[in-house]
Amino acid sequence: MSLTADVPEGLPRDRSAPAQRSDRQAALWGFAAAGARLLLIVAAGLVLPALLFTLWWTATERHWVPEQILPAPALVWQSLAELWHSGELQSHLEISAARVSWSLLIGGSAGLLLGLAMGLSKTAKAYLYPTFDVVSQFPVLGWIPLLIIFVGIDEPLKVSAISLAVVVPVAVNTLHGIANVPRSLFEVARVHRFSLPQVIWRVVLPAAGPSLFTALRQGVMQAWLTLVFVELLASSEGIGYLMVWGRQLMQMDLVVVGMVVIGIVGVLIELVLGTLEARLQRWRPAAY
Amino acid sequence: MPQIIDRTNGRDWRGAALPLAVLAVWWVVTTLGWVNTRLIVPPAGVLKTAATVLTQADFYRGVLASLVRDLSGFAIGAIAGIAVGALMGVSRWSNRVIGPTFHTLRQISLFAWLPLLSSWLDTGDRSKIVFIALSAFYPVVLGAFEGVRGVTRAQAEVARVYVFTRRQTLLRLILPAAAPQILTGLRLGLIYAWIATIGSEFLLANYGDGLGNIVFKGRANFNIELIIVGMLVIGLIGYGFNRLADLFEARSLRWRKA
Repeated sequence: MSLTADVPEGLPRDRSAPAQRSDRQAALWGFAAAGARLLLIVAAGLVLPALLFTLWWTATERHWVPEQILPAPALVWQSLAELWHSGELQSHLEISAARVSWSLLIGGSAGLLLGLAMGLSKTAKAYLYPTFDVVSQFPVLGWIPLLIIFVGIDEPLKVSAISLAVVVPVAVNTLHGIANVPRSLFEVARVHRFSLPQVIWRVVLPAAGPSLFTALRQGVMQAWLTLVFVELLASSEGIGYLMVWGRQLMQMDLVVVGMVVIGIVGVLIELVLGTLEARLQRWRPAAY
Repeated sequence: MPQIIDRTNGRDWRGAALPLAVLAVWWVVTTLGWVNTRLIVPPAGVLKTAATVLTQADFYRGVLASLVRDLSGFAIGAIAGIAVGALMGVSRWSNRVIGPTFHTLRQISLFAWLPLLSSWLDTGDRSKIVFIALSAFYPVVLGAFEGVRGVTRAQAEVARVYVFTRRQTLLRLILPAAAPQILTGLRLGLIYAWIATIGSEFLLANYGDGLGNIVFKGRANFNIELIIVGMLVIGLIGYGFNRLADLFEARSLRWRKA
């Protein structure tokens, strides 16, 4: 990172001409400055959360808003700790995680097959794509009332709704990935008389890797979004249910706990996917 | 979803095979009574319900209420999103201040906000519009941020040479250069706003009116024909928004081809 002063008018900073001092003291100074700068950046990131937290804390401390509307931070922390120690939180999370995993497996494989079929076979694309194109633009939530009629409001509803939400992004990105594989690679495969599994395993998967990863990422995001929705809509367990329950009892601390937990899980998912993606990209250049 | 594949020249009849086959199977199994027609309703019944529903003023009132909510939420979220995204893109320090909080809050799954918002504000329009605005906000911020970050140094230098004022820099350099990504963000925002509209109407089905409420009440009355009609209308509106976004995007980016 450069140490030039902020350029006014919002123009990108000039990064040319780094200082050419090479003596030890300058290096030390540079090191210290870089450290101070890093500290400042971290501090800058903490300003907004600190402000929001102070506002929250003051609002509840001074009773600007009633407790039923905005629970005190201490109360939220206490509920979180209680739910954790009793194991209740973990069991809700476990149920939600199981729902997401099953749906990712079912919806993900369906989407992958659909995307592969449409991407590799012109005939399949001609038959399927026009319908897929229209139907995939229908919001998945719109299907839920119909799903409720057919499968009830229990586990099958959650898994089928979340699976449906996963199919579309996975299929779209798989198709996109295959469409961007250079044609010459397929020609080479044809010359070598590759079988279909070989084409998929040795041409499509490596070349369309990044798109497939995007498929996974978007599938996980849609699954997570839909999970919270169906759990809020109809469930008797799971992290969304915890929030509905808290809302009905007017125990807003449970609602906030739910949000905090959902946020933490979201951050963790993002971290895991980000790490995996970085690793994937590191592996990619080495493959050629 | 963005357009991925070029439309093939002319009409390809093969695309019609799947929908026609589904319709045919649906018609055959319900006519021959192979399935419980109370659960899998015949297509004729759906058409009849569609005919009655689509002449009822109540239905259009619901659709209109949903659309107004959707678009007002979207407008608020989009304007706020462009402002915040552009600010984060233009100034490194505001990105450092806002960024971490923004990216953390973004990880809270959208619908998790609804219980809180509905008890803070109300169960009617206000909480729904704030919720819809929030759902449009995230993708628009990301789009605007990426767009502004994509302004090249060469472009910025030209602006400096011409001694652009702050206002000129914003209106004649940054926004046009960032337009493609901003439009992508807006399109995603539009999609999410519609999902949020229908979702919030399902979750708060007993309050207010809207397309989602009508469909969800159809479920409570076991009126499957109504659910199917409503589902199709919800889907077609979502599809229509996408098409409109396509047109708008093509039109407003036409200058780039020159």
